[in-house]
Amino acid sequence: MSTTAVAPTTGVNYLNAQYGIRSWLLTTDHKRIALLYLGSVTFFFLIGGAAAVLMRLHLIEPQGALLEPATYNKMFSMHGIIMVFFFLIPSIPAVMGNFLVPMMVGARDLAFPRLNLLSWYVYIVGGLFTLYAVVAGGVDTGWTFYTPLSTTYANGNVMAAALGVFITGFSSILTGLNFVVTIHKMRAPGLTWFRLPLFLWAIYATSIIMILGTPVLAITLLLVALERTFHVGIFDPALGGDPILFQHLFWFYSHPAVYIMILPSMGVVSELVTCFSRKRIFGYSFVAFSSVAIAVISFLVWGHHMFVSGQSVYAGLVFSALSFAVAIPSAIKVFNWTATLYKGSVSYQAPMLYALGFIGLFTMGGLTGLFLASLATDIHLHDTYFVIAHFHYIMVGGALMGYLGGLHFWWPKMTGRLYPDGWARFSALVIFIGFNLTFFPQYILGYLGMPRRYAVYPEEFQVLNVMSSAGASILAVGYLIPLVYFIWSIRYGPPAGPNPWGAKGLEWETPSPPPTENFEEVPVVEEEAYAYGEKEAHVV
Amino acid sequence: MATHELTGTPGAALDAAVARESAWSGGGSPYAIGSKKLGMWLFIISDAITFSALLIAYSYVRVASNDWPMPFHFWPSIIKTTVMTFVLLTSSVTMVMAVHAGKLERRATAAKWIAATMLGGLTFIVLHALEWRDLIHEGVRLFQSPWGTPLFGAAFFTLTGLHMTHVAIGVVYLGTVATLFARGRLSSEDVEVSGLYWHFVDLVWMFIFPLVYLLSVRMS
Repeated sequence: MSTTAVAPTTGVNYLNAQYGIRSWLLTTDHKRIALLYLGSVTFFFLIGGAAAVLMRLHLIEPQGALLEPATYNKMFSMHGIIMVFFFLIPSIPAVMGNFLVPMMVGARDLAFPRLNLLSWYVYIVGGLFTLYAVVAGGVDTGWTFYTPLSTTYANGNVMAAALGVFITGFSSILTGLNFVVTIHKMRAPGLTWFRLPLFLWAIYATSIIMILGTPVLAITLLLVALERTFHVGIFDPALGGDPILFQHLFWFYSHPAVYIMILPSMGVVSELVTCFSRKRIFGYSFVAFSSVAIAVISFLVWGHHMFVSGQSVYAGLVFSALSFAVAIPSAIKVFNWTATLYKGSVSYQAPMLYALGFIGLFTMGGLTGLFLASLATDIHLHDTYFVIAHFHYIMVGGALMGYLGGLHFWWPKMTGRLYPDGWARFSALVIFIGFNLTFFPQYILGYLGMPRRYAVYPEEFQVLNVMSSAGASILAVGYLIPLVYFIWSIRYGPPAGPNPWGAKGLEWETPSPPPTENFEEVPVVEEEAYAYGEKEAHVV
Repeated sequence: MATHELTGTPGAALDAAVARESAWSGGGSPYAIGSKKLGMWLFIISDAITFSALLIAYSYVRVASNDWPMPFHFWPSIIKTTVMTFVLLTSSVTMVMAVHAGKLERRATAAKWIAATMLGGLTFIVLHALEWRDLIHEGVRLFQSPWGTPLFGAAFFTLTGLHMTHVAIGVVYLGTVATLFARGRLSSEDVEVSGLYWHFVDLVWMFIFPLVYLLSVRMS
């Protein structure tokens, strides 16, 4: 029984080619590793989500309904650490990137399959360290680990959490390295740079940020760990160090990290918008280069997190101007997506609803970013709920909507099964409504002056806080529905066929689910990306 | 045969033929390098940024400090570190010889040159450990220093420690490559890729040596 009998060649795919737990834990197949990541990031998403639920329940009452203030601090810290480092950063790159990069370039696997498996294990080890920090009593530094709180005053689990993030960083670097080499070296004949799907341009730009940014975070967290253990005082003013240096180093990575989260989503949306408009994307090269531009500028704007830290006014001016500059490539993308819709034959299937939700919410998040990028308004809004609302519009309204849109789009390819489209559209709507109800009141709260990270608040803020908590419960339902029907579809969903959306791209030219090595023979690309001609438009 | 010698692996000869017909007009497309080599370059860029962050942090706290010590005497510290620098640079030369021998498929010769390189690396580590021992005897710790700011000890041990770790990893890495290459299980490109790493580790020292040592010499 241990070795499977010779299966008929037609039905063999990467899911049933081998059985048993070993065939998963020792696999070097990029598609299986993608599914390992899918399971792990979903696990971390549920933990991070549970922390968010507890926080929103607590904030129903001005004096706090549920948690001790110290516990509340630990909740928002764990929520931030887990959601940023263990869900958002690996979500699209590690799940969809792993699954799609080799298929989209027409290759049989990534350039370094074993390194890819190693990346997953490194990620899991980092995750275990962080989970240990949760179980051992939590961390109350916030996801930013600011010194001297993290080095001197916070409780002892900072070590475990910081080391967890440090270790996971290597997973991120190795994944990025693998993608860049694969996109450079393994493109199928005829697949020139300007025929690449825009998802790959986005993943490429993201990988560059991972390779260039993550080491700085790694060394910074290592210094924090050294400071806690051996009183190495690089960030400790009592020993002649400087806590502001920590902020510079931290944000040098962590601002670009925001683009690690949003750029892949932008790539997904580019795929979805063009597929469901049945039209070649408007301004392909502008969309492609705007990804690169965002990646480059992202390294020059970290100081906008530090406008009130006492950095020089002139530095503040430059950082402010550069931060405004990020709006240009971002807006180019939004305008090109909407221009693609114009005169397209748009159909509103579930993935498209997520994509449209992304465009709206990302625009809101992006525009409120400009409020924060201008020096004067930032003094008022700094460290208020306005900031929380802003980055949740980017990270949840943007990155997470893109992730879900992509998951709905490529799920039939991954599993070979269709999910119920009606439920999927319904959940997209629930998420959109729940999301706005959760986070829009937080813009107002922040504008009125409610600071972030507090377990209590003045009574006049209660109405808006209750609205936000109500929205969060709707949002939670919205996330649980796909969990149910995705699992349902694995067993009971109707077979998807190779290309259920009539989409373009090499990944749709293989069976669903694809065979272990993706392509029987190396494909040759003879057309531009997104060649949705008139013929296809009539078919749909 | 001529192309083979010039470009190394048989695959590279094919790449070169493709490259000649491309827009790079015979110059050899920069993309026509192997996956492993490209991967190593990306790793080196990433690692270079790790060291840059640490060197910038070091410079930052040093410039901000009023009492940064100048603890290194010309003898023995600077002499010793100059010898270390010389040893490390020499090991880069032997590495070049190893890569060259590898490309000519002289596997045993390549392994010997790599062994010489490893010897250089080990000598560097031993001399550096002696240097550490002397400083520790004088009372320098990760968190304290007998002269001026305690940050001197922190910066010194973190920077040189990270670099020494890289050298140590490099020695193990080279040992693995030499063994497997001699047994015919690796290609000459693998030797070249390990050489890239080794030269990078050398190059990092060329920043640490002046910044940490030469700028901190006690003038008497």
